[in-house]
Amino acid sequence: MRTSRVVAIVAFNVFKESVRDKVLYNLVFFAVLLIATSLLLGKLTAGQEVKIIKDLGLAAISLFGVFIAIFIGIGLVSKEVERRSIYSILAKPIRRHEFILGKYSGLVLTLLVNVAIMSIALYLVLGYMSWTEAEEFKRAWDAPAADPAMLKAIALIFVELMLVTAVALFFSTFSSPILSAVFTFGLFIAGHFNADLKHFEGVVDSRVAASVARGWYYVLPNLAAFDVKAQVVHAQPVTAGYLGFTVAYGFVYIAMVLLAAMWIFSRRDFK
Amino acid sequence: MTPGASHELERPPQMQPVVRSALLGTTIVMLFATTVLLQMARDRQALTAMPRGQVLYVRSGALLDRVALSYDALLADVYWIRAIQHFGGTRRSTDVGKRYDLLYPLLDIATTLDPRFTIVYRFGAIFLAEAYPNGPGRADQAIALLKKGVRSQPQKWQYLQDIGFVYYWWLHDYVSAATWFRRAADVEGAPWWLRTLAATTLAQGGERAGSRMLWEQMFRTAGDDWLRREAERRLVQLTALDDIDELARRVQDYAFRRGALPESWTALVGTGYLREPPRDPTGSPYVLDPRTGHVTISSQSALFPLPTEPPPLPSR
Repeated sequence: MRTSRVVAIVAFNVFKESVRDKVLYNLVFFAVLLIATSLLLGKLTAGQEVKIIKDLGLAAISLFGVFIAIFIGIGLVSKEVERRSIYSILAKPIRRHEFILGKYSGLVLTLLVNVAIMSIALYLVLGYMSWTEAEEFKRAWDAPAADPAMLKAIALIFVELMLVTAVALFFSTFSSPILSAVFTFGLFIAGHFNADLKHFEGVVDSRVAASVARGWYYVLPNLAAFDVKAQVVHAQPVTAGYLGFTVAYGFVYIAMVLLAAMWIFSRRDFK
Repeated sequence: MTPGASHELERPPQMQPVVRSALLGTTIVMLFATTVLLQMARDRQALTAMPRGQVLYVRSGALLDRVALSYDALLADVYWIRAIQHFGGTRRSTDVGKRYDLLYPLLDIATTLDPRFTIVYRFGAIFLAEAYPNGPGRADQAIALLKKGVRSQPQKWQYLQDIGFVYYWWLHDYVSAATWFRRAADVEGAPWWLRTLAATTLAQGGERAGSRMLWEQMFRTAGDDWLRREAERRLVQLTALDDIDELARRVQDYAFRRGALPESWTALVGTGYLREPPRDPTGSPYVLDPRTGHVTISSQSALFPLPTEPPPLPSR
């Protein structure tokens, strides 16, 4: 009970700090602007404007979220250490794992608000598109404009952002902001190429190398699994089973990374 | 230190903050206005036009698919917009040797990045098959693109119908066209009229009525404003061809009865062959060549140039 209260206090402070952060405002502003201007972009194409606006909106939600997760996540702990404010924080009745959990929850809350605002903006734009389009052309769409199935893609984007935040926070507990950014961004890219490692025997003849690659497939976060944007845009099925396993995988991986972050942070000597 | 020197070291009078802000703001606005004026002045200076090369730095769709991480669909949209700009820009260009070299690679990349991007296959095929100089005149590439779509979505009968259409309209191969229409009809959920279309193609290939039926079906099944407008334009062009046939018949009749070709439409109006100088469905006047009696469409018309009609079947 006490732990959750402390975590909530830290998280709320992180959220307040993020909201005060002008960079954060700019990101939200640009994301909303991007989705709104996608209406104009749609006019540049020959048909399937709704498809293009969905692509652009979902990609913007993901991309802006990744930038927020990485560039704010890497400073969550290291900034407190650099400013030496960590001493006064740890002098208070707050345990180190509560500090890490609070920092993480605060940024996740910020991301949740961001993703929610961007999603609402996207649905509004698509709703307007649907309202202004002739009924006969709507029949040719793969899926309705304001398709509730898009929430599946948005949910998985959010879990992916939670995972990226956890990774950024993990590196932030023992590394400088620049190195943390490099490591997190590297893992983000590697996570999207992860599926290749599973079938590495098709690339190399060495069975040892193939086994090592397969091992890395299970060690590295499989971020490609969280990408169902194309499926929902083209109204392809994304089963509840797939969603369930992917979300569960994401949560377990996050728990693992956060535990590692707490362990490293608990062993750091700030004297 | 002398009293005079002390006076020299006194701080100068400070400007009021409001005045300072106003002065700064005015300076910034003036500098901005100067940049605008300089831009306008520079734009009036003629530079030797340098030929703009058409470059596609990455030609491998598979490579782009990997590099795009999870943003491949968005990249496909970008390549589709590039393809439209390349096609539209080249089509409007007045260069003598204009080329559409990048069109197929751009469409190929867009469909590799998003294999379910329906409009790229359907409209891309129309772009590719369009005869030179209004298009690259590559019916073979149009068919290849549509076959790629069929491999990606075998249930999409529209791609099979479009392949048949390319064989009919651009290659004038009515047997192949009918075969592809039949294949489209065999797909589950395909409309019944595809079988009729296949039979009509074999029986009436090359006749304008057959072409009209084909475009009418394209118009009905377009599912997209752009495709529909293209079909509508083709149908209006067919109407213009009907008008031209009728006008040519009247000109020949005039020449047969009067022993000379009419000098202008006025001659035909004056003798009761026409009520008024004829105009095409878009309102542009038809053009009469008084030396040959040949009737054609105005180069200023929105319907220009008219399509080359498929030749009739050899058996008829």
